[in-house]
Amino acid sequence: MPMLEVKNLGISFGGLRAVNEFNLSVEKGQLYGLIGPNGAGKTTVFNLLTGVYQPDSGVIRLDGEDITGRKTIDISKAGIARTFQNIRLFGKLSVLDNVKAGMHNKHPYPPLAGIFHTPAWKRTEDEMTEKALKLLEVFDLKDDHEYLASNLPYGKQRKLEIARALATDPKLLLLDEPAAGMNPQETKSLMDMIRFVRDEFGMTILLIEHDMKLVSGICEGLTVLNFGEVLAQGETGSVLANPAVITAYLGE
Amino acid sequence: MFKNKTARQNAITYGIILAAMAVMLPMQMGGHLSSSLSGLLVPFCYYAILAVSLNLTVGILGELSLGHAGFMCVGAFTSAFFTKFTADIIANSYVRFFLGLLIGIAFSALIGFLIGIPVLRLKGDYLAIVTLAFGEIIKNLVNVLYIGKDSRGVHFSMKDSISLHLEPEGTVIVAGPQGITGIDRTSSFLIGGILLLAAVFIVLRLIQSRDGRAIMSIRDNRIAAESIGINVTKYKLLAFTVSAALAGMGGVLYAHNLATLTATSKNFGFNMSVMILVYVVLGGIGNIRGSVIAPVVLNLLLDYVLRKLQMLGSNPVLQFMSDNRMLIYAIVLIVIMIMTWSPKMIARREALFNRGRKEE
Repeated sequence: MPMLEVKNLGISFGGLRAVNEFNLSVEKGQLYGLIGPNGAGKTTVFNLLTGVYQPDSGVIRLDGEDITGRKTIDISKAGIARTFQNIRLFGKLSVLDNVKAGMHNKHPYPPLAGIFHTPAWKRTEDEMTEKALKLLEVFDLKDDHEYLASNLPYGKQRKLEIARALATDPKLLLLDEPAAGMNPQETKSLMDMIRFVRDEFGMTILLIEHDMKLVSGICEGLTVLNFGEVLAQGETGSVLANPAVITAYLGE
Repeated sequence: MFKNKTARQNAITYGIILAAMAVMLPMQMGGHLSSSLSGLLVPFCYYAILAVSLNLTVGILGELSLGHAGFMCVGAFTSAFFTKFTADIIANSYVRFFLGLLIGIAFSALIGFLIGIPVLRLKGDYLAIVTLAFGEIIKNLVNVLYIGKDSRGVHFSMKDSISLHLEPEGTVIVAGPQGITGIDRTSSFLIGGILLLAAVFIVLRLIQSRDGRAIMSIRDNRIAAESIGINVTKYKLLAFTVSAALAGMGGVLYAHNLATLTATSKNFGFNMSVMILVYVVLGGIGNIRGSVIAPVVLNLLLDYVLRKLQMLGSNPVLQFMSDNRMLIYAIVLIVIMIMTWSPKMIARREALFNRGRKEE
């Protein structure tokens, strides 16, 4: 059974069919890429998967569970976490608190426990801090955990967003252009990190990316979108060799 | 001594309040304070409580509310109604005050919750405008409310006190625009100080809890908060309700500091809401300690010091300032906003700060 299975997904905005007959199957532990020219509908697919938009048609299954049409918070609880193309951190919270916010649903305590500092509060908060610091260590952010998230340099902000998404303990991680705005060196270390996250956490990762080096370097499978439709799909090497894909990217 | 920076910062905040109480209480009891300063002590407390509670909405939740005085009004009237209603049932005025306090807080929390449901669907300016409207509605509703009691029970009218059809020995408790008269003046600086400590305690602890983190994450980025599974509606309502409840607490303290409680635009209207907002902005948006200090400083300057100066000799400038307090507040607000938020000032401040650092 695939971790993520999408069948005939579609949505229209007014007269525009933004995504049409979209099919996708990602196996557990797979690193999968979603590519396509600007405006092809990649981020729209992410927004459909995470409940930001409700699809007009189609089915989304996560680990066999039908999550079509659910609200964003329920999809997060079901196990999909994401990052954003334009970074969306909690700027005025500390780096540590950004990650702890990600653990919100997995580490509850009674509402008044935080006011009266009950043992349950202490135990849960300590547990969260410990876990969060461990996670930050993976992303080389442990030394920065007291800083405000908005004060981090760009590359670290991207990493923190991934750390926060992982803090929700997801089954599937969606990365929306993780390498956007990074120089080749940063991209290289990001690739290593994404691979590491997959191996270390056994994570299934679906990512949108423009950087072909990154895509061909780490993705095991690829889907190419063009004008909201699937242009090609399959194993990375063969998809990138597909003449239709080359045409879509480079023109005639 | 403290585990981390926040614990130390919080201890300083509590310390300031406790120190103020430790100095002023014995002086007040020993009669060493002038009556004008002594009379300002309870207002310091309720203004600070109101500023702290509004800061929860403005600074922590990140939504501008212009109807905060409305919640204060609910707390003031429900508690004053209760303490007057039970005057011949419960003998001890402090027990009555305490029960009235709980009722005032509960009612303002309830009203805050109910108003929050429609209001929190809006954002930014629209939210501010609607809270303003609700604040005015509460004040005006109280002004047409008549409640009386006699041997047959409680009577209620929205027209006038005659329509209550009370028996001759019955009493009117709430008399529309005349409000509630003959309230016990139970509020004291000791009670005010304790309530202020409680308000600060609740807000600070809330901010550092899981719930507070959720509230602030919504403030910083609603879409990201949703994406990690935070229930935006729930936490917005939570913050708004707690904020209203604490404003109600300030209202209870306010009501029991007066013999007669009326709802005018001066005490529960737009002016009051804006004044509380000025305290919040002056003390720093999101800065709880600032919200404790700012109302004290402003009131001390514009009330006490001004009056003292006027006593020394009549001066047209001083006269103008004391006659136009709201104008002064407005100017202070504008200056503070420009000083803190205009890009040029930020650049200048940073330049100054960096130069200082290099010299070290």
